[in-house]
Amino acid sequence: MTDYIIPVLTVGILVYASIKKVDVFKAFCEGASDGLKTCADILPALVLLIVCVGMFRASGAVEALTELLKPLCRAISFPPEAISLVILRPFSGSGAMAVYNEIASANGADSFAERVAATLIGSSETTFYTIAVYFSAVKAKKTRHATAAALTADCTAWIVCGMTVKLLMGE
Amino acid sequence: MKVILVIIPVISFIFAVFNGKTGELSESILSKSGEAVELVISICGIMCFWSGLMRVAEKAGLLEKLSRLLSVPLGKLFENVKKDGKAMRLICANIAANILGLGNASTPLGLAAMKAISEEQNSGEYATNDMIMLAVLNTASLQIIPATAAALREANGAQDPMGILPCVWIVSAYSLFIAVVSAKIMSKIKRRKRGEL
Repeated sequence: MTDYIIPVLTVGILVYASIKKVDVFKAFCEGASDGLKTCADILPALVLLIVCVGMFRASGAVEALTELLKPLCRAISFPPEAISLVILRPFSGSGAMAVYNEIASANGADSFAERVAATLIGSSETTFYTIAVYFSAVKAKKTRHATAAALTADCTAWIVCGMTVKLLMGE
Repeated sequence: MKVILVIIPVISFIFAVFNGKTGELSESILSKSGEAVELVISICGIMCFWSGLMRVAEKAGLLEKLSRLLSVPLGKLFENVKKDGKAMRLICANIAANILGLGNASTPLGLAAMKAISEEQNSGEYATNDMIMLAVLNTASLQIIPATAAALREANGAQDPMGILPCVWIVSAYSLFIAVVSAKIMSKIKRRKRGEL
């Protein structure tokens, strides 16, 4: 089923846009150069973050953290190898990419940890950053329960993520 | 974030000294920078393709269509925002852009929506419930196609990068539901504490 989604969306959007008389080529190139800009923008931060995450792994600190949180992770079928992603995800988008990359190369693509990590990246956002940007735009200093509600949702994602992947894709 | 960037290397250094892994540590610092560049280059293709395709969808009017479709459910969610006002229109456009994954369009729309709500409700330094709801919705991942996650998986040689799609949908739906419910519940608790708002 998932094999159809991307082709159908691609063909569907292109055909629909041509019917609507959109200059498809021009619009696509505009959007794609935005994508290119995004990539170029994240590169400098990503260099630092990937080095940091790599240091963390090489020093053996990741194993220590993994070992420490193993019992908690086991209770919710979450792969302990991916726990550092849960911690960094709400703070930084490119940080999460760096951690994902580390998890994928250490555990292998299509491993349980890698799939859970990718699912978590796909289903959560940079919570703290978003809240900071949104409220500073209206100069609201008292954000009341915004962070608490957003983090409750992030925790939910973390709790159900491992179980969902285990159920649908196996361990 | 700034603190984390200092803490991680410091912890790593201490651990490396105790574990006798300073060699690996030094090696990792030098080799990882190149890895960052490789990663960006390998995800760049999908990122460009996807934002290009989504721009086509936006130009074809799909953003507006989706935005109109969303006005009914969002009208119920944002209790105190005028149903046909400027703020409501911006909220719908922001959420629609999020769903389509138009990252570059959704943030400016979201910030404009925040300002419009704040003007409409005359908020001071306290955020109103509707402002919080909008921010919380934006911290949940509404995107239907997780393009970045798929690009990262592709770059790392996963067999079927989009295979995680059903998992992503289920987890996102769960967390979105919890986000909305907890924002509603917490707003009631806090309201009782302070009398009103």
